[in-house]
Amino acid sequence: MGQGHALPFAGHGPAPQEGYNQKRMFQISSSSPVYDVVIIGSGAGGGTVTKVLADLGVSMALLEAGPPLDPAKDFKEHMWPYQVSHRGIGKGGQGYFGPTPWDFGYFTASFGGWKLAGEPYTVNPGDKFSWFRSRVVGGRTNHYGRISLRFADYDFAPYTRDGLGTDWPITYDELAPYYDKAERFIGVTGSKEGIRSAPDGIFQPCPPPRVPEMLFQRAAKKLNIPCIPARLAVITQPTNGRPPCHYCGQCGRGCIASSNYSSSQVQVFPAMKTGRVKLFTNAMARELITDSSGKVSAVSYIDKATRTEKQIRCRSVVVACGACESARLLLNSKSPAHPNGLANGSGHVGRNLTDSVGYGLDAHIPALDGLPRHNSDGMGGMHLYVPWWLWDSKNKEFPRGYHIEIGGGFDMPGIGSFHGDCERHEGYGKDLKAAIRNEYGAWFGMAGRGEQIPNENTFCELDPDVVDQYGTPVLRFHFKWTDQELKQAGHMYDTFRSLLETMGGKVTTPRPNFMAGEGISDGGEIIHELGTVRMGSDPSKSVLNKYCQAHEVKNLFVADAAPFVSNPDKNPTLTIIALAWRTAEYLAEEMRKGNV
Amino acid sequence: MSEVTRRDLLRRIALSITAGQLSLEAAQHVHGVAAQEKAAQGVYKPKGLNAHEYKTLEKLADYIVPVEGTTGGAVAAGAPEWIDLMASENPQLLAIYTGGIAWLDHAMQRRGAPNFVDATAAQQSAMLDLIAYRKNESAELGPGIKFFDWARKMVVDAYYTSAIGIKDIGYMGNTALSKFEVPQEAIDYALKRSPV
Repeated sequence: MGQGHALPFAGHGPAPQEGYNQKRMFQISSSSPVYDVVIIGSGAGGGTVTKVLADLGVSMALLEAGPPLDPAKDFKEHMWPYQVSHRGIGKGGQGYFGPTPWDFGYFTASFGGWKLAGEPYTVNPGDKFSWFRSRVVGGRTNHYGRISLRFADYDFAPYTRDGLGTDWPITYDELAPYYDKAERFIGVTGSKEGIRSAPDGIFQPCPPPRVPEMLFQRAAKKLNIPCIPARLAVITQPTNGRPPCHYCGQCGRGCIASSNYSSSQVQVFPAMKTGRVKLFTNAMARELITDSSGKVSAVSYIDKATRTEKQIRCRSVVVACGACESARLLLNSKSPAHPNGLANGSGHVGRNLTDSVGYGLDAHIPALDGLPRHNSDGMGGMHLYVPWWLWDSKNKEFPRGYHIEIGGGFDMPGIGSFHGDCERHEGYGKDLKAAIRNEYGAWFGMAGRGEQIPNENTFCELDPDVVDQYGTPVLRFHFKWTDQELKQAGHMYDTFRSLLETMGGKVTTPRPNFMAGEGISDGGEIIHELGTVRMGSDPSKSVLNKYCQAHEVKNLFVADAAPFVSNPDKNPTLTIIALAWRTAEYLAEEMRKGNV
Repeated sequence: MSEVTRRDLLRRIALSITAGQLSLEAAQHVHGVAAQEKAAQGVYKPKGLNAHEYKTLEKLADYIVPVEGTTGGAVAAGAPEWIDLMASENPQLLAIYTGGIAWLDHAMQRRGAPNFVDATAAQQSAMLDLIAYRKNESAELGPGIKFFDWARKMVVDAYYTSAIGIKDIGYMGNTALSKFEVPQEAIDYALKRSPV
């Protein structure tokens, strides 16, 4: 089973028991047929490659580290809090005392969290990094925010523009046809605006703004800040047999009707109907095995149900485990020919890690007190957003930019919804109830999501001392913001405060000392971690070529956010899909030509 | 609402979407079913608190979210049952309630009442008017203020996550719509009051 069992046991677990090595000796069986393609991971990247290849007539195996998914059974869409005995707070009210087992709440479709039992990761002392992993078919796409933003033309040439970071090996124009395909297929709301920082795409109509969003839009206009219809992967028209959104606001719980994008429902399940996809669930890839020619000949994985190690043979492999997990797999694929991990002659696997800069602020908006009641659920997320508006400004104190996400309306009450009211108003009885009723739906929040520039102190590597419960070495994260990001977060606070005050809001949060590291999100917290297996034209500074094919291993491709060269102020999922689509078409063509 | 009923609701949503007709009274139906199920359960027997403690919790819940006109309060919404259930599963939470209620009874005795639940309404509200506010923080009242903070937030949580509380606050969603629209009345109301 490779080198895993030779390592000392995890610092996170109990001391090694007697017979420990014997217990962990996996039987390796590799009697499988040879698949043309093995795809590892069924999230946005793996799901896209699966669907595109299936439509092109390619047969494949798809490995997913988590269990299968049955949306009708597993999604908690339309459940009321009183339908579960603990109402969402966890057994014994555990959420009152600390974290629950559900980091995003009992009702979400996240199927994972910041910590997974038996699968630790470590963080360099003094650094802060959190890693959200969803182990299930569809991965994080079952619950994610559905925000679908194209990168701008200038985002592909950041170094040329301001001398920081690295340029991509592709241009906007090269990726644009795949943005078109992605948007047409998954369905994205929006409107043509002609804003350079937010390129227009193929859009379905966006529902109208909610009342608080209308007030926000007027405040933004007054401050010369653009505020446009949201671009969400939610369909508002029938699309490829999927019914349009029914506006219950519960995208995060998973949509049983599949009216939003999830790779599970929109790509993997339809692809399986072609009969060309063999899905392996609870199959945790451990190592890529290479043959004497240096190509990947098999994928070694842990079959979690039997705790045995198995191999599946392949002619090519697409790694789509999620950026950090993909880097981990390559780093763990060591052999005498690849002592630093597979495809890692450049030493860049695990490097160039970034997350989005995050900061949020909210306030009570008195104009909304006592707002006449109506159903404001809408799509599961904002109906308007603010694209970056200072992209051509020369007077900023920081490079790059951020977009603003907004939130307000009559949310379904849950445990904790009115703790703030109890704190502020105290008392009891009819007065407390009247205050709660008056301020319900009268709060407005905004969150900035900005660009982090890769820096040499932010990366992941294998922890030399720790393995997971399957004996596989785990990742150790290093994460540092620089002044560029800290100043950007400060700009967010100032902007949000003036927007909220223009709406008549009373901001009670004092300005954090951003330059001392206060206020800004922790690394990984925004769950836009990427860049760890980056593409580039120079093999000494990148791992993949412009088609996300490894420079050093011709039948190895990466299809998630690991290939990203920069992390612009746009949520990564739409670009993951577009890039994976392009990679899948290239792979199919190379297979047809006999090159792979 | 049972799991079967929810599935039924979802199936009807799916069907109505397919049929292109999305008048869903299904969500309203949910409330009715929940009420029926509660009625069928009969009288609740405390699992964590003893009979006296439970009676005290009911009284506190009634003070925190009382009946208003025809709208049921926290007791009708099942807040005491829910708190008792949570406490029965968690010794730390149980201790907050048994300790808090004992403190309350003791504090009432020092003010000449037999305990909290058997005190006069005037005595009860006099005490609550002290422990419901942080400004009254003192060496004597500290534990009572902390306890009431727990009771208040949990009663409020239980109330507004019940069918009665959800209806009372006026949440009208968790249903299926064929079109998302914002009533003009709400827009006019907000714009008239807004500085922008």
